[in-house]
Amino acid sequence: MALRTVAISTKSGISAAILVAALILAAVGAVLWRAEFGSGLGPADWSAIRFTVLQAALSALLSTMLAIPVARALARRRFVGRGLLVTLLGAPFILPVIVAVLGVLAVFGRAGWLNAALAAVGLPGITIYGLHGVVLAHVFFNLPLATRLLLQAWQTVPAERFRLAAQLGLTPRAVFRSIELPLLRQILPGTAALIFVICLTSFAVALTLGGGPRATTIELAIYQAFRFDFDLNRAALLSLVQLGLAGSTAALALWIIPAISLGGGQDRPLHRWDARGGLQRGLDALFITLAAGFLLLPLTSVVMRGVIGLPQMPASVWQAAGTSLTVALISVVVLLALALPLAGWIATRARGGVEAVGLLGLAASPLMIGTGWFILINPVASPFALALPVTALVNALMALPFALRILVPRLRDTVQIYGRQAQMLGLSGWPLWRWLILPRLRQQIGFAAGLTGALSMGDLGVIALFADPDSATLPLQMYRLMGAYRMEAAAGAALILLALSLGIFWIFDKGGRWHADT
Amino acid sequence: MLTLETAQITQGSFTLHADLTLAPAQTYAVIGPSGAGKSTLLGALCGFIPLRSGRLLWQGKDITQAAPGARPMTMLFQDNNLFPHLSVMQNVGLGLRPDLRLGTAEQTRVHEALDRVGLQGMAARKPAELSGGQQSRVALARVLVQARPLVLLDEPFAALGPALRNDMLDLVAALAAETKAALIMVTHAPEDVRRIADQVIFVEGGTAHPPQPAAALMDNPPDALRAYLG
Repeated sequence: MALRTVAISTKSGISAAILVAALILAAVGAVLWRAEFGSGLGPADWSAIRFTVLQAALSALLSTMLAIPVARALARRRFVGRGLLVTLLGAPFILPVIVAVLGVLAVFGRAGWLNAALAAVGLPGITIYGLHGVVLAHVFFNLPLATRLLLQAWQTVPAERFRLAAQLGLTPRAVFRSIELPLLRQILPGTAALIFVICLTSFAVALTLGGGPRATTIELAIYQAFRFDFDLNRAALLSLVQLGLAGSTAALALWIIPAISLGGGQDRPLHRWDARGGLQRGLDALFITLAAGFLLLPLTSVVMRGVIGLPQMPASVWQAAGTSLTVALISVVVLLALALPLAGWIATRARGGVEAVGLLGLAASPLMIGTGWFILINPVASPFALALPVTALVNALMALPFALRILVPRLRDTVQIYGRQAQMLGLSGWPLWRWLILPRLRQQIGFAAGLTGALSMGDLGVIALFADPDSATLPLQMYRLMGAYRMEAAAGAALILLALSLGIFWIFDKGGRWHADT
Repeated sequence: MLTLETAQITQGSFTLHADLTLAPAQTYAVIGPSGAGKSTLLGALCGFIPLRSGRLLWQGKDITQAAPGARPMTMLFQDNNLFPHLSVMQNVGLGLRPDLRLGTAEQTRVHEALDRVGLQGMAARKPAELSGGQQSRVALARVLVQARPLVLLDEPFAALGPALRNDMLDLVAALAAETKAALIMVTHAPEDVRRIADQVIFVEGGTAHPPQPAAALMDNPPDALRAYLG
């Protein structure tokens, strides 16, 4: 199609793409340079690879399987608080991992509520460390995500189809087979693939709940090689393994991963005529209650223990909170400087491979990039001095794929609708952004900035590699308190981290909607 | 004087041939069946659809490759002529300065244009606060401040009621006369042709025919046009 409808300069977009690719490829080059292939992978490394794949597969499988009954129940029931629950299902996405881990520990840990209940009735307790702890935490994060994706798919089924099923008097089994099964077949593989990719590069969960020879992910192994042995060669080799594994999976999964919608619009239950039996109602109520409890109990415990722990916090927590806030804000600025020109470039092209640039961020794990940049910086400057800028930059890169998925569709629409008018008026360059694109994208920019700020605020990844004892972000400071068994102080820090993460998301997201003309 | 010289305009599998000249300060109606290529012709004139062959000349100068904003024309589309997030002042002001740095002189010109189209005191409003007819007037105020020698209308008033539509057509014809601009408008309605058009460009069968005097053509239409008019 030779229609000229676009006046967005592609220069800045291409520059941003080259910059992103260069940042990541420089890290890849550095680890390639330092990796020692001669020694090959030891038994511990193979064990880490096996564990990484196993926990990711289990997490993906359990999250999607458990999401089916929950999404199904949410799709066909109306009840007070349904909208709130669906909104809360989006919360784990911006929840700091370490905060969630603390919540999961409070419920399922050694001295947690579950074990207390088990002991009260004379049953033996459970232990959370190891494979099942890692998987449990991953399910905590990804069950809500899977539920939202399935719910989204369920709500695309036209109401007429359920009306027809009711008219024909189909049994629940027949409804499932004729309507719901084809739907699930379409959406489940992509959902599972997405969760698998996310869990492959899991670091903070493995750091806190895994560890030891039997429960170490590759990401954690990189950290240990780095931090405990200072064996850069081995860290580099493991980084390459991580890149190959996550990169190839991400590339494969790209074809089937569904669009991620984190916004609203899902609080509209379908009117359904089937599933009116008592047993079905009971089961649906049970699934919704269990899922809500699984999501809310750990969060409640974080808040409760946090309030108690607040007075116990050392002053270093406040200092770390300030540091984290600075890092998060820098991340947001860097992200927008990269994502907006990139989105402008992608949106004005025919659909195609350009979006892959953003997905580089998904394929390259934070610790791999961190290792690479450590190798590059080490000979010329102290990496510890650059800990915070590197963290902010890596956080922005990690948020880039999500930001692009938020910005590009709206920008595409804007160009489609107003592009010709803008061209007719000779709008181009900065005035085009100032007077057309930025105002039209305000809500999406606010949402993407909020997401980036929250993710960066709660990130415990590359900072763990770079930080010296004097500098810490809030998640790292919290982890150190946990490591020193100062659990009350850690709980207080968790509450502050939770408030800051949700707060930064809320402020940016609201800012984007404030007085917005749609 | 705007000349389309042995032009072929291709859009997908559709090709439109055009070889015609438009004189200044005339009013042209572009009529023809749906899908015959009326919008394609206007799109090619203002630079959204590149010519596959042939040339576009303005006062003898080749502007075939000129960007839409650099051509001596302005166009009103069927919809989305206004940016909903900008005020009336800004929407009109864009016609003077794409960077919207409006000095006192420019603001005065915008106010004068708004007065002329009957929108006194509305400069601070957003398009959503205006009626459909008022929104059309804002777009016309911008056409007025742009003061380009050619004004192209791709049925911008199609969504308005008949009376309002006639008001708009009269207003746009008056404005074009004041700025001595040629008016080229797509229309489906024979009464529009009689109302304001001097010349008719009949588009049919893959060809945009050269303009012919409206009154004579409408009184005594050739077969193809008679079949279209019914």
